[in-house]
Amino acid sequence: MELTLQQATVAARMADVSATFAPGTITAICGPNGAGKSTLLAALAGLLPLDAGSASAAALPANERARRIGFLPQTGEVAWNLSVQALVGLGRLPHGDSAAEPVARALAAVDLTDKAQRPIATLSGGERARALLARVLAGEPQWIFADEPLAALDLAHQRSLLGHLRKAADAGAGVVLVLHDLPLAMNYADQVLVMQGGSLFTHGQPEQALSEQAIADVWKLPARWLGEKGARGLSI
Amino acid sequence: MNRILLLAIAVALPLSLFAGRVWIDPASTPNAPLIVMELRLPRALLALVIGAGLGASGAAMQGYLRNPLADPGLFGIAPGAALGAVCALFLGLGAAVPLFALAGAGGAMALLALIAGRRGSTTLFTLAGMMIASLAGALTSMVISLAPNAFAMSEIVSWLMGALTDRSWPDVVMAVPLTLAGIGVLLLAGRGLDALTLGEQAARSLGVSLGRMRWLLVVGTGLAVGSGVAVAGIVGFVGLIVPHLLRPHTDGRPSALIVPSSLAGALLVLVADMLCRILPLVTELRLGIALSLIGAPFFGWLLLKMRREIV
Repeated sequence: MELTLQQATVAARMADVSATFAPGTITAICGPNGAGKSTLLAALAGLLPLDAGSASAAALPANERARRIGFLPQTGEVAWNLSVQALVGLGRLPHGDSAAEPVARALAAVDLTDKAQRPIATLSGGERARALLARVLAGEPQWIFADEPLAALDLAHQRSLLGHLRKAADAGAGVVLVLHDLPLAMNYADQVLVMQGGSLFTHGQPEQALSEQAIADVWKLPARWLGEKGARGLSI
Repeated sequence: MNRILLLAIAVALPLSLFAGRVWIDPASTPNAPLIVMELRLPRALLALVIGAGLGASGAAMQGYLRNPLADPGLFGIAPGAALGAVCALFLGLGAAVPLFALAGAGGAMALLALIAGRRGSTTLFTLAGMMIASLAGALTSMVISLAPNAFAMSEIVSWLMGALTDRSWPDVVMAVPLTLAGIGVLLLAGRGLDALTLGEQAARSLGVSLGRMRWLLVVGTGLAVGSGVAVAGIVGFVGLIVPHLLRPHTDGRPSALIVPSSLAGALLVLVADMLCRILPLVTELRLGIALSLIGAPFFGWLLLKMRREIV
């Protein structure tokens, strides 16, 4: 099942965005602050009322949508001092069960199995970000949507999580990430959407969407890609 | 934890039946069965059910507002119920107090619906509740100030202080089903409250309808707290203290807190009411005052602890 947006508009935040997302791939949404990346992600997940246009996910019944699309917001809010295990278990809510196996698999994927019983307040920022991502994985969704999931992580955990998301995509899941880190998007994504001022600036393969010209146009920076395909770095 | 609380209630309940200004010895006190059956048992049952309603509502309300300082009074339902009861006393309709109080609670809920609408945010909802609470408070003061004579005024003021003196079986018959229904409705909201731990957007992404959950909370709190105010007046702080004390002993999920909070609330009000009767004062200490005397210092301690954590 593909997910689509058609001429989706959210007043003052996003205008006339149409895009199609295919399962089995990793899509990165890039753009400067305030470009509408988070709005695009939430609209695509069917979580925002649109002022015009349509989102295919919004047509699904709420519980069906919740089972198919795991959504990790940017804020990382956790109101109560849950144990890591209880936090990750919240991912099972749409299924109405508390199946232990998916929770254990999710904890293992983010390397937090040994901290399952710890209260969330005792974790470091990076561990907390991983626990929140595990919450999404525990629902075993067909789509994994995450808003800046890697920002708080060290290099090793960034790589290991991207590896995990790649495995999920290879197994058929659709992965959509908001990423600020352009080299990560360049090296790991199959498709990149670049947002600017609430509109879709360009989309396509990473080499094309994140070309030096596009970076100059959108970020107003003279940037040069270095290195080989798959291991590129950005020199500014 | 539920088992420990039930055990404590099982110990405290018989004690409360025999404790009081007059200690009852079943063997020697004249009319002991009559006193226990007609006075003390209904009173103890009311204490349990009111405390249960307040504890459960407090737990749900803190979960909903994601704030440990929230209290069931915040939606303006308890002040609305108090206003209704005060109107009944003002009109000299003492027997109709519970009915008027329930009508007041219902009125506050309707006003909340009118202002916050179907899609209102948590902030709008809370502010609307606070507006209703202060309006009901002002109207209550106005009714007191307009009281026709000093006797009516003192009757109203002392009713507002909250008490379980002289309550009887009809009060129990009214309060028990309404409160239990309210707690049941609050339990239905538990799943949504758990999801809300992650914020409103994440809760929606987990399939939770925030609008539906909000109305479960309003109706549940309205039934549980409204019926409590109807029979006992304003009893504060139970809904604030109890969930806060129990939270560290759960896994932190709001839904895991509702049942223990209702048990602990029941226990707290039962014990507080028993203390009111035992304390050697000229007249009986009012339940609402007793709980506020316990509650306010606790609140202060909570604030001091928060200050230390912030520093």
